[in-house]
Amino acid sequence: MSENQTCVVVGASHAGVNFAFALRKAGWQGSIKLFDADPSLPYHRPPLSKAYLTSADAIDKNLLKAAETYQKDDIGLNLGVKVGSIERTAQVLQLENGEQVAFDKLVIATGARPFIPPIEGLDSASNLYPLRTAQDVENIRQAFAHSAQKRVVIIGGGYIGLETAASLKKLGGEVTVLEREQRILARVTAPYMSDYFQRLHADNGVTVATSKNVVRIETTDGENSVQCDDGTHYPADIIIVGVGIRVNTELAAQAGIEIDNGIKVNAQAQTSDENIYAIGDCTYHYNPHYQRFIRLESVQNAVDQAKVAAASICGQEVEYDTLPWFWSDQYDVKLQMVGLSQGYTDILVRDENEPNKFSVWYFKGDELLAVDAVNNAKAYVVATKFIKSGEQIDKAKLVDASVEFKPANLLSRVQVR
Amino acid sequence: MAKIIFITSDSEKIELEATSGSVMELAVQNGVQGIDGDCGGVCSCATCHVHVAPEHFAKTGPASEIEQDMLELDDDANEYSRLCCQIEVSEQLDGVVLHVAK
Repeated sequence: MSENQTCVVVGASHAGVNFAFALRKAGWQGSIKLFDADPSLPYHRPPLSKAYLTSADAIDKNLLKAAETYQKDDIGLNLGVKVGSIERTAQVLQLENGEQVAFDKLVIATGARPFIPPIEGLDSASNLYPLRTAQDVENIRQAFAHSAQKRVVIIGGGYIGLETAASLKKLGGEVTVLEREQRILARVTAPYMSDYFQRLHADNGVTVATSKNVVRIETTDGENSVQCDDGTHYPADIIIVGVGIRVNTELAAQAGIEIDNGIKVNAQAQTSDENIYAIGDCTYHYNPHYQRFIRLESVQNAVDQAKVAAASICGQEVEYDTLPWFWSDQYDVKLQMVGLSQGYTDILVRDENEPNKFSVWYFKGDELLAVDAVNNAKAYVVATKFIKSGEQIDKAKLVDASVEFKPANLLSRVQVR
Repeated sequence: MAKIIFITSDSEKIELEATSGSVMELAVQNGVQGIDGDCGGVCSCATCHVHVAPEHFAKTGPASEIEQDMLELDDDANEYSRLCCQIEVSEQLDGVVLHVAK
């Protein structure tokens, strides 16, 4: 049925590439065409701020798929090509180079771009970079290698900022993180976790300053002074901006597709146009487990929505219903997170009586919402099982490190659900 | 140089040779069906699960603690399970047979 049809994908990163291969696997016999403005073969983004930044590897060590595998699955890869607009009624993609590409099904996987805040002097700052693409990392590596003093100021104490801080510290930088909120990771974790990571960075020699609202950057002879509204200022040879993202919704919005905090999709990853799907970071989608619409910046969501969209386009009955999970690596600490903590009423900490090994459990009453596990894959796994099953946890046993960490040992005798 | 033999869940046999890197990278670069490596090889996603042929288990050795923990998420795991992002290619692996988990 699909052999004379064309499926076009805009955006060839984690979501778009996984979708293309999943579509072929699901039985699509027609043509598959991937487009991306980034000229590099599609690569893993999570390592960019972590192991990749500290390595000397070229990006081809970090590819999502080898070049030959695209040929093997007959997936057309069009890189360094910008898409200008989507003509929905004609079912045509207008490229910026003037060409047109017809589609039967279109998948928007445009992701997000770094938000660059309106800070005075930012445009004329020296060696200022976001961190989202392989080219960004290349720029940072070059600037770092050529910098004598290697003073790095990172604006933003979220995961990207903190991972980059750990990586550049490892490379010998003098690193300062400036966070606008009263604590780092304020949007995503409990104060307990913020305190832990603040100490971890301090112990590793990174300065983390909170309540620092950067208002101006003055640059003289290539040397920056990053200035905050409390009068403090920080010298910087290199500045990294990691203050969050903006979703790339413009293409969809201009085509009249419904936008609501991202491209709004149903449980099949379908937009308000039945022939157009959207997947990954750019989507605002319903999560059945938490019973609300959410937007996620994660590999898990990219991969799982890709599979759902592929199956749906091939006529299978599927619904997106997965539990979000995330990870972060900083220094020797592996943080694994499962679930969404938003709306929690209390937290419990299970300490394993070993340095740097614990887990933070976010509850709403008796319902477990999410867990942050530090160097503790067991906690991550046990938590995943409990969140999925909805079974109730005996909180006293949970925090007792002498109770062996197994779901059966932590079950509450009272099960409400 | 080590020869590594993957057997997919469709019983396809794929023989590959490598000198370095992880077994997961080798599999992904060659499009071995069922080895996804979504997290890029940091033992965070458990999408590179293989069963080592029991007679070759000495070549790979057992799973580390973090691997064992992550493998508990997979009902298909057994005593010969490994997450192959955690297996480094070396001469010692030569001839190993890895069954890709379902």
